[in-house]
Amino acid sequence: MQLFSSLKMINLFKIKDQKKEESASAAGKAPVKKQSAGELRLNKDISELNLPKNTSISFPNGKDDLMSFEIVIRPDEGYYMSGSFGFTFQVSPSYPHEPPKVKCKTKVYHPNIDLEGNVCLNILREDWKPVLNINTVIYGLNLLFTQPNDEDPLNHEAAAVLRDNPKMFEANVRRAMAGGYVGQHYFPRCA
Amino acid sequence: MASPDAEAPPPTEPERWRDLDILLSRPGNLVHATFQPSPGLRDDIGSFVEVLVVGAGGLGCELLKDLALSGFKNLHVIDMDTIDVSNLNRQFLFRVQDVGKPKAEVAAKRVMERVSGVNIVPHFCRIEDKELEFYNQFQIIVLGLDSIEARSYINSVACGFLEYDSDDKPIPKTAKPMVDGGTEGFKGHARVIMPGTTPCFECNIWLFPPQVKFPLCTLAETPRTAAHCIEYAHLIKWDEVHTGKPFDADNAEHMQWIYSEALQRAELFGISGVTYSLTQGVVKNIIPAIASTNAIISAACALEALKLVSGCSKSVLNYLTYNGLVGTHIKVTEFVRDTDCLVCGPGTLIELDTSSTLSEFIKMLEKHPKLLMSKASVTHEGNNLYMQSPEVLEQMTRQNLSIPMFELLKGASFVTVHVSGMAESNGNKVSSLRKLRVLFKGVEEASKMDTTESS
Ligand SMILES: [Zn+2]
Repeated sequence: MQLFSSLKMINLFKIKDQKKEESASAAGKAPVKKQSAGELRLNKDISELNLPKNTSISFPNGKDDLMSFEIVIRPDEGYYMSGSFGFTFQVSPSYPHEPPKVKCKTKVYHPNIDLEGNVCLNILREDWKPVLNINTVIYGLNLLFTQPNDEDPLNHEAAAVLRDNPKMFEANVRRAMAGGYVGQHYFPRCA
Repeated sequence: MASPDAEAPPPTEPERWRDLDILLSRPGNLVHATFQPSPGLRDDIGSFVEVLVVGAGGLGCELLKDLALSGFKNLHVIDMDTIDVSNLNRQFLFRVQDVGKPKAEVAAKRVMERVSGVNIVPHFCRIEDKELEFYNQFQIIVLGLDSIEARSYINSVACGFLEYDSDDKPIPKTAKPMVDGGTEGFKGHARVIMPGTTPCFECNIWLFPPQVKFPLCTLAETPRTAAHCIEYAHLIKWDEVHTGKPFDADNAEHMQWIYSEALQRAELFGISGVTYSLTQGVVKNIIPAIASTNAIISAACALEALKLVSGCSKSVLNYLTYNGLVGTHIKVTEFVRDTDCLVCGPGTLIELDTSSTLSEFIKMLEKHPKLLMSKASVTHEGNNLYMQSPEVLEQMTRQNLSIPMFELLKGASFVTVHVSGMAESNGNKVSSLRKLRVLFKGVEEASKMDTTESS
């Protein structure tokens, strides 16, 4: 059994001496920026990114702020082929304890992405684990375009069309990507 | 507590300190090895020790009162919040007429009124607003916080003062101890963090379970609970209706809007239980605070602070948990440090010539016996010196490769940098993130002289 002695106590008499020393030396130190453990982990994730060929990344705030960044996915197969879809990532200092916040910037006709850009991807919410990383999320977002699914709908109408009439769904996706109305909603061109 | 309107006269001075003086002036079997019992010990603590309390909420109010009544006379308190009417049931230093005023200022004033001789300096600001040196003036930092982010920040600041000698042993006088309290409903914890000796907050961050997040599609399609309806209004409906206007959880109108939307949705799906306070709780991720839990945890924390400065008993090793949900259960667990911790660990000591370029430094890491790290990316205090990937960042940092590290690190003689890359571990290359202490050969004395000259 471990005894308590490994914890050092503060020595009051040392404090008395230290007080004098500190007031003499404190003035010369330059202020430093604190980097959170989350920021370091994000740096590592970013430096190890293995982006799919159809995905590009950019850092609007420059090389020293990686906590917010953007990616663009250009699917090379499936319903959304040749479209171009932007996503913003906001990473908190508690990353990877907390998942990144991801929003779709491009208005898209998609069963799992709503018109406000909310994305239904399990690893961004209920299934997030700290062992996952930015690469996993980008992979997951890519999957949404090759395999949209009608089981986790955020855009209810799009999901119903995909389930009941895939041909019509395909036509709707084409029309939205070319810039046009699907139902009452206008989608700006993104292809 | 007695009603504030019928306050009993405060005890006379000698009576108030009787028990504390007994504790500090008598020898014992469970004391720290260096404990020197003396009738003057309480005065020494009052005169020479400065303690910072981070947070002036439920725990912070208790902590200030407990520390003031434990012989600490020089206290500071930092909190960015103002008093809300919903705080009054447990944040007992505040009165109805204080609503809207800064918590730190009111809490400091109230404790000073009740405990004579105590000086409390309030800081009404964010913890990040203070210079790092501000935190260095305290012998102990006591945390009464409710967020992981804030704890993690203070932890990194306090651990940042820790220095290691050339044998990777922590230098005791640079260790800034923290006492961390936390409560959630009927559960709580109190822990002592002695950087370099006991695990820091980051060493066992996994102790804090991630917040439960409902799938967005469940919220949108198949809500089953009151919380689902509230999160729908908060995460989906708000943006749909208020394009571009960010939701502010501290704005009562915003909260009221979420509440009424959630209520409508609950009616639509035949779900009951949506109330205004549940809405606040879900949106702000608040578990109802229990006054008695705060009192118990705060008492444990104040006692640990007293033990640290006096040695009148041995410190808790190192994590006390309390559960008052069924009966009362208190347990102490000794967690272990992560010796590779990026925040409190020593890192690997690297000696470098002032002429070594970043590119030579990166090559050197490949051969360094303790690292064997290839393809290293290098960062220093938020400044990304070199990023191997992605291409856009590689291009933005490439020009640094030919510059001497000494110049990139602004002529400091001794610097902490972080590197990530593929390092060897048991014969396998694994992706790793490491802390390095870079010491430039032959410049230590010169830079020390510079510091003294400029001050
Ligand atoms: Zn640590």
